Amino acid sequence: MGPAGIAAGGKPVLEAFRNALNAAGLPATLKENCSSHQVGCVGLCARDVLVEVHRAGVKTVYQYVKPDMVQRIVDEHLAGGKPVTEWLVDSAYDAFYKKQVKIVLSDVGRIDPEDIDAYMAAEGYSGAREVLHSWSPEDVIEEIKMSGIRGRGGAGFPTGLKWELGRKAPGEKKYIICNADEGDPGAFMDRAVIEGNPHSVIEGMIIGAYALCAHEGYVYIRAEYPLAVERLKRAITQARERGYLGKKIFGTDFDLDIKIKLGAGAFVCGEETALIASIEGQRGTPRAKPPFPVNRGLWQKPTVINNVETLANIPYIIRRGCQWYASYGTERSRGTKVFALTGKIKNPGLIEVPMGITLREIIEDIGGGIESGKRLKAIQTGGPSGGCIPAGKLDMDVDYEALAKVGSIVGSGGMIVLDEDDCMVNMAQYFIKFTQTESCGKCVPCRLGTKRLLETLNRITKGQGRAGDIERLEKLSLGIKATSLCGLGQTAPNPILSTIRYFREEFETHIRDKKCPSKVCKNLLTYTINEEKCTACGACLRACPSSAITGAKKTPHRIDQSKCVKCGSCFEVCKFNSVERN
Amino acid sequence: MNKSLEDIINHYRQDGGNVITLLQETQEAFGYIPREAIDYLSENLGIAPSRFYGVATFYAQFRMTPVGKNKITACCGTACHVRGAERIISGVKRELKLSESEDTTQDREFTVEKVACLGFCSFAPVVLINNDVRGKTNADVIVKEIRSLRKK
Repeated sequence: MGPAGIAAGGKPVLEAFRNALNAAGLPATLKENCSSHQVGCVGLCARDVLVEVHRAGVKTVYQYVKPDMVQRIVDEHLAGGKPVTEWLVDSAYDAFYKKQVKIVLSDVGRIDPEDIDAYMAAEGYSGAREVLHSWSPEDVIEEIKMSGIRGRGGAGFPTGLKWELGRKAPGEKKYIICNADEGDPGAFMDRAVIEGNPHSVIEGMIIGAYALCAHEGYVYIRAEYPLAVERLKRAITQARERGYLGKKIFGTDFDLDIKIKLGAGAFVCGEETALIASIEGQRGTPRAKPPFPVNRGLWQKPTVINNVETLANIPYIIRRGCQWYASYGTERSRGTKVFALTGKIKNPGLIEVPMGITLREIIEDIGGGIESGKRLKAIQTGGPSGGCIPAGKLDMDVDYEALAKVGSIVGSGGMIVLDEDDCMVNMAQYFIKFTQTESCGKCVPCRLGTKRLLETLNRITKGQGRAGDIERLEKLSLGIKATSLCGLGQTAPNPILSTIRYFREEFETHIRDKKCPSKVCKNLLTYTINEEKCTACGACLRACPSSAITGAKKTPHRIDQSKCVKCGSCFEVCKFNSVERN
Repeated sequence: MNKSLEDIINHYRQDGGNVITLLQETQEAFGYIPREAIDYLSENLGIAPSRFYGVATFYAQFRMTPVGKNKITACCGTACHVRGAERIISGVKRELKLSESEDTTQDREFTVEKVACLGFCSFAPVVLINNDVRGKTNADVIVKEIRSLRKK
């Protein structure tokens, strides 16, 4: 039960099961077997609340469960042995999981994230224990290097190499930081991992800290994720009680404690040096590199910063070996990647796939294709640092190199599916508005450059585009990329460049014809009433917030264009399709 | 006010912390960062007010004006954006008669906030009403809820 499950009413359903099981007077053995426990996000969020029933070794899954359905499931299935067939998941549910490979998510959605014993029962902390007792730090680094895992936060820097640099950096005191400042809009992978299996992140940090010889760790996490923060706090407390954190952990001479630092809502703090400034209590502005954080990081000491998903992979790599991990994925991108598949897709949710899977398999097989039969237009990956991949490239592989080649990035793992109703100029404008707001203002190219990009896009979407605007956008974008101080500015123009690259004609239509083909940019739309279709029902008249519509009973209604604010309310309420949008 | 600020200062002196944690606790106590609170913290801790203002205006989490009794938080993440978050926000602001730059009604009954991404993307568009999640929602539903909140 992740937040989507909680949002969909997971808590009342859980409560209903507890009550029904207690009241049902079921045979004791059965009752014991069906102790209902809460789990993290199982992935297929669109069908929440999902309930798994394990009876006599058979797993059955119900979808869209409401509290009033619980009694019947308990009576007929748990007590009677006959599943309630009409509430079971359909074939799309199996398809959603078939092509996925779960490593970092293997225990997410399966174990109770608030119970350390549940993680222990799934071999949890066995990797950290073994490493601390019988491996040298160099062994750990070698194993991680051999696994081929690269940083899952977006940039894809080899994790083993980062640890080696941290290990070799001179200095007595060192830090390990878990970057859980998942700022990309449209991404919730890290949140799901922490909420679903916080102990895996802690175990990953313990193993990393041991490799670096760091005795202090921080988790820098967004305050916007209250449930993740709460579960992480609880997990840290439980680990301390067991002696897995604190002094002489796992009965060895190694000390490690982990503190939580709450972010305060700044996208730029995902950047390493800005994140460090924020932990130190300052404005989160990045600084020039080198020196890199592995040499001079938090409080000027060597610091290694890893993303949540990277760290959560570590225990599994240690437990099952680097060879096993490296058997997934492609030559240069090993293992799996978690994506948040959302947008205009039938089965949105959290997915984990081997690197090198094709985009088509993700969209069509796992995601079930576009909802409501519309045409796929593009897939946005990598959030504000990424780009839009056009529908024509569906057969490409998904890995670090292939995505970079088409002008996007793997990024942290947001994957937003766009259909023909989405305007690409609007998408570019949306992302630039985001990066412009989030630019910290320290360096000129990013501070002023993103502002000028946004102003140009604003003009274009208002019908004030001029010839040469596209070229100006391209030139300015390349300048910003080349001269900005940190990753935010260096990647901010990507959404513009990739949309111009693949959807140039859409920009041209906006500029030349002052039209938005997808009918999104509201300043380019005109609403009119087709008087032949109008039944004079008055619905639009009542809905209009600016009194722009006139008409009386049996008289077709009209829109006064000078008063119209183009909110689209009339278009939405009209049941006779008589309001036309052009 | 001084009582809670005293607690915050004691907490800071005992457990350590920094300007960000001080401001986070101040906002938790008052719902926003009152100017007087910065003066008080500054005088008692010997930290220049400019450091507080610098941090408070940098991070989106901090607000310098009081918050309304009811809080409407609209998610503006990408998934919500393509599913009409903008229409919800403009509908809600129209209902509450708020201009583009205002976020709180005159009577301090309602505050409308935008947030970058709440991570409920598969339930887009998402709005929080007093921190309760409304998923797959629209302007009409939210406006109706606002009207019923107002009657209370």
